[in-house]
Amino acid sequence: MAKTILSVDDSASVRQMVKLTLSGAGYTVVQAGDGAEGLAKARDTTVDLVVTDLNMPVMNGLNLIRELRKLPSYKGVPIIFLTTESDAAMKQEAKVAGATGWITKPFQQEQLVAVVRKVIGA
Amino acid sequence: MTALDPAETYRQEAQELLEQLEQALLDLEHAPDDTDLIDSAFRALHTIKGSGAMFGFDAVAAFTHHVETAFDLVRKGKIAPSRELIAVALAAKDRMRLLIEQPDTVDTTPGDAILRDLEAIVAAPEAPIVPEAPSSAQAKPSATTWRVRFSLAKDAMAMGTNPLLLLDELRTLGVATIVARTDGVPPLEVMMPTDCHLAWDVVLTTGQPRSAIEDVFMFVIDDMELSIDPIDTTSDATRIGEILVDRGDVRQEAVDAAISSQVALGTLLVKSGHLTEDKLAAGLAEQQHIRVEASAAKGAAKAAGQGADSIRVPAERLDELMERVGELVIAQSRLTQVAAASGDMDVKSIAEEIERLALALRDTTMGVRTVPIGSLFGRFRRLVHDLAHELGKQIELVTIGEETELDKTVIERLNDPLIHLIRNAIDHGLETPEGREAAGKSPRGRITLSARHAGAEVLVSIVDDGRGLDRNRIQARAEEQGLLAPGVKLSDGELFQVLFQPGFSTAREVTSLSGRGVGMDVVKRTIEGLRGKIDIASTPGSGTEMALRLPLTLAIIDGLLVRVGTGRYVLPLSAVEECVELSVEEDARSRGRSFLNIRDDLVPFLRLRELFQASAPADRYQKVVIVSSGDLRVGLVVDQVIGNHQTVIKSLSKLHSGVETFSGATILGDGAVALILDIAHLVELGMAHESRLKAAG
Repeated sequence: MAKTILSVDDSASVRQMVKLTLSGAGYTVVQAGDGAEGLAKARDTTVDLVVTDLNMPVMNGLNLIRELRKLPSYKGVPIIFLTTESDAAMKQEAKVAGATGWITKPFQQEQLVAVVRKVIGA
Repeated sequence: MTALDPAETYRQEAQELLEQLEQALLDLEHAPDDTDLIDSAFRALHTIKGSGAMFGFDAVAAFTHHVETAFDLVRKGKIAPSRELIAVALAAKDRMRLLIEQPDTVDTTPGDAILRDLEAIVAAPEAPIVPEAPSSAQAKPSATTWRVRFSLAKDAMAMGTNPLLLLDELRTLGVATIVARTDGVPPLEVMMPTDCHLAWDVVLTTGQPRSAIEDVFMFVIDDMELSIDPIDTTSDATRIGEILVDRGDVRQEAVDAAISSQVALGTLLVKSGHLTEDKLAAGLAEQQHIRVEASAAKGAAKAAGQGADSIRVPAERLDELMERVGELVIAQSRLTQVAAASGDMDVKSIAEEIERLALALRDTTMGVRTVPIGSLFGRFRRLVHDLAHELGKQIELVTIGEETELDKTVIERLNDPLIHLIRNAIDHGLETPEGREAAGKSPRGRITLSARHAGAEVLVSIVDDGRGLDRNRIQARAEEQGLLAPGVKLSDGELFQVLFQPGFSTAREVTSLSGRGVGMDVVKRTIEGLRGKIDIASTPGSGTEMALRLPLTLAIIDGLLVRVGTGRYVLPLSAVEECVELSVEEDARSRGRSFLNIRDDLVPFLRLRELFQASAPADRYQKVVIVSSGDLRVGLVVDQVIGNHQTVIKSLSKLHSGVETFSGATILGDGAVALILDIAHLVELGMAHESRLKAAG
């Protein structure tokens, strides 16, 4: 069965790109426009991977990661966050919050697939 | 101005890009090394995909992605832009156009088929690009064996890291022996199941650098214990004691003490409490890994040793070598002639010695230029596969004698004619599965490509087990088209030769082969250009055989030197059947007749004296050289048969390229030039001459 990935981003174009890339790579993608929506969707269905932006309205990515890790069903579920080179401090914080890995923006579609494969396999 | 619908903008942009892509692909077929073309194709694909994603052409973007990935590999020099790849890319291009024009196309089957073909090409590159002069940076680094020992942070699994995926990723780097160490696992009652207690010892032999191993751990490297050390596999340190000491798991003294007691070392160390069983197991696994790798390396070294025995030489240097050997053979024949004239026994014996050496050198040089024909046969698998698909036939391709060696140039020039003959066999020869079953044959047709040596020639044949040629239809059509006189009785071989006539074709053939620009006449001309022959044999209902006879080399042949008037000419010895004397009586009788009676066999003949308008008085005893081309025989009347001649073929100048009777020239021992007769053409002339005389008579 195709693995399900939750993509959380406030930018529709990034969400679109993530969805397209990952569904092209054989995954099922669920989308959410901010942390709160993401958390709600994550509660609805347990996904195999969460890919989230950090800077988002309503609930940012850091808080989403923290909230997810509080959920028993999300213990052990990989979470990848999107970050930029300049955001080293944020990266450290996200790792402490419980993120599994990250991908640095801007990224190529191939890189996204490679990171996802690395974390949850094909 | 109204703003255009962005989707419409994309459609227009994509159409232009598709045209750019097609142009680049078609040009690439002829210039596979042109990086500008590769880049152009890649850029077009990249933009089609990227913009497609932006404007909701998801299907286009997803589909194009795979093609783009393939061309990215081409761009990076990892796969070659082979004909196959270009063909698939062109098919993909058409598919993209459809997806752009009809974004709601639901049927993904054709697209999936294209992607499968693409994947097959990308996964198994048939023609890996070999860099001409590999720089040290490009050169594949020799494999190193690493000892990778790691344990993850306790909460790593809770944070979503899956250690199994890390191990899988390590395995993708090379040959890995993985041993899990469980000595860190606490007793059950205090164990936290979500914590990671295991540690791993991985012995990894890989051509990748250390950084590639570190990349596997990129997300966890800050919070883990990781050591990556190269293992010296060249030393003989494959004894467990040395490995354990090297790994720092046990001290040398303990090993020495254990060795002295001469019981299985590892067991002893474990018993004595210096080592846990896990660590011993990991050490033993490393020992095994190194042994396996060492023997594999030895095998590779052996193979490399064989590789060192062969060297790559640019083809033009071989041509040059052949040229020089040709000159040597000419000089040697002069020497032989001078030595014979001098009457000096010493000089004669040296000349003979040099003749022997020169001929041996010639044979060696020709051998150097030959390559197995298998490389050529291999190219046709795809062709057969595609045609089978296209025409809805089931076809099995059998190849025999792939190891048969042939001059490189001959093999290259054989490509197009063979493609044409195979196409013909599949298109016209083989029936549809239903047709075959109706004829009581297996629904799967068979095309057999075979090659074998026969003297100084190589026989290549294309055999199909199809319906065979229809003699009557061919004869009727040939008569209709004025290629044959009505009612002429011909053998199969003679009749089927009309298939090679430029004008001969049926409407059906023209349609199915239209656009190829190659007809059977071109096939025949190409084969004859290689100084080869092509014959057709066919049995109605059970198949057709196209038999090609090709010379081993193009550069030097064994010839028969003859004299006509004052001029000397060379006949390829392979075409000569026999030489007979033309008695005065037979000569007189044959005047005004089209045949010579050669031992009760009627053979049409040509008087070369007349053909070449020799003015010098004819010899009293004329000779007839019987030559053959295919099934046809013709007698050539000459003044004198001089003898065998090592003929180094020099092509005629461009100015004389239209001359039909001669296929080339050679230089004789005394420096004079002799023309080489084109037997196939002379046989045709002889036949025409005969028909004319018949018509007149």
